Order: sequence, then structure tokens, then C-alpha cells
Amino acid sequence: MVIDLQNFTPYASLIGGVMIGLAALLLMLTHGRVMGVSGILGGLVMPSGKGDMVWRVMFIIGMLAGPFVVIHLLGRPVEITPVAYGTSLPVAGFIVGLGTAIGSGCTSGHGICGLARLSPRSMVAVGTFMATGLATVFLVRHVL
Amino acid sequence: MMRHISLILIGALFGGGLALSGMLNPAKVAGFLDLFGVWDPSLAFVMGGGVVANFIGHRIVTRRAAPVFASEGEGFRLPTSSAIDSKLVIGSALFGIGWGLAGLCPGPAISSLFLAPADGVLFVMMLLTGLVVGRMLTSGPTARPASPA
Repeated sequence: MVIDLQNFTPYASLIGGVMIGLAALLLMLTHGRVMGVSGILGGLVMPSGKGDMVWRVMFIIGMLAGPFVVIHLLGRPVEITPVAYGTSLPVAGFIVGLGTAIGSGCTSGHGICGLARLSPRSMVAVGTFMATGLATVFLVRHVL
Repeated sequence: MMRHISLILIGALFGGGLALSGMLNPAKVAGFLDLFGVWDPSLAFVMGGGVVANFIGHRIVTRRAAPVFASEGEGFRLPTSSAIDSKLVIGSALFGIGWGLAGLCPGPAISSLFLAPADGVLFVMMLLTGLVVGRMLTSGPTARPASPA
């Protein structure tokens, strides 16, 4: 194993991670909801009632705005370098949506929230998507 | 009104955390998943910081009878399912494949939408399509799906 020291950002990543954890905590404290993005989006595209829509829209508006605040405070842009091109990008998007709907959660719901509640379901989910994520990157970068 | 403002602020804290942590950058996510290449461990710090902060606070928060902005009779909506079944494993396995392919999971895909719209819009449209198909497959088009985590 070779550590990528050039791109390693332990402090920014740790602070960002704590911000994500605090957001999950505050959403539970104020609205009693799990901060799971696939679930929040799922309730928007297949709504279960008008009263259930507004909080999701407000939260997503905040999610869209947050990076601009950080960019302003840092005084530099956030790096975004794509890794998927051509048809693999939309295929990946579809699989992410399909998988998180079937598996009832993603990195935020199962990862940040489920693990913090010590949910066995979320531990299995995180272990599974980490394993297939690692395997996919291994195949794409080192085999194919 | 306070409810709405609080939701926007909490969403912004989440989106800001994603941006600061490096999660919006697909190349960084792929670098984290590239354990057998030149490995960037940063995202372990994101997950660690997020889970520990939430773990400590969660037991204090859920000691309350109800959320701050709860309507009458509303409580904390925690997932009730405890089944470790094939849906959980197959769904999570599929998600991991897509995550590895594009370096994007749902949160960062949304938060980077205005920063990288060329890729982002297509990815999010397909993600939403996948969510609809997945929900129809698992609960039938007429059944009301349980709110996923």
C-alpha cells in the first residue's frame, strides 16, 4: 500500500466530517429526521403527501448553497475532477439511485447516521458498499 | 418560518462540510477507494469525524420527548426495520459499484450540482430515475414505501 501524501487532507476532511455529523444531529434534533440523502430525494420524486415535501426542498436548497459559503470563506474554488466519462457517468448515476432505493440508504443515511446509532443493518450496508466500491475502482484502474 | 430557515442552515452546514472535506471531488473519492493503488485516506477522516460527532450527540438528542419543531404527536422518526436481508445487501452492493464508477454518492451529487453542472445534471437525473425504479421494484408502484435511512 502506498499512501498518497500529496492529496492527503486530514484536517480539512476531519473538520468537514464533523460538520456533516453536526448537520445530521441538528436535523434529528429539530425535525426528528434521519439525514439520508437518498431517502430525502426518494420522498421528493415519489411523494407521500404535500406536507412531506417542503422540508426536503428546504434542506436541498441549503445543500446547494453550502459549498458556495465554504468557497467564499476559503477564498479559493473547491476542486472537482470527474472520473467517469461517456456512458459510464449516467450508468453510474442510475445504479447509485437504484441501489440506494433497494438498500434503503447511502453514505449519509447508513454511513453517518446508521453507524452512529450502531445499527447492524447499516454496518452491513456500509461494509457491502465499501467492498464493491473498492472492487470497482480496483477493476477500473488496475485490471481493465 | 423558523423551521424553513433552520432546514436551509442545516442543509448548508452539510453541503459546506461536504465541500470542505473533499467529498465533492470524484477524483478524491476514487483515490480513497483505490486501496491497492496510491491511496488517499482522507475520506476515512470524513466518515470518522461525522460518525463520532453524531454518535456522541445522538444519545443526548433522542433523550428529548420530541424534536424541537415537532407538530402535535410527532416524534423522532428512526428507521424501524432491523432485517438484514438480500435487499439490503444487493442494494448496497449496487450502490457501491456506481459510487466507485463515478466517485459520486447522492449527497455530493446534489451539493456539487451548481459547481459542475455539465456532469452533475445528467448524473442526478439518472440517480432520480434509479430511485424511482428501485422503489417500484421493492414495494410496488402503488404501495407507500417506507422512508429509507
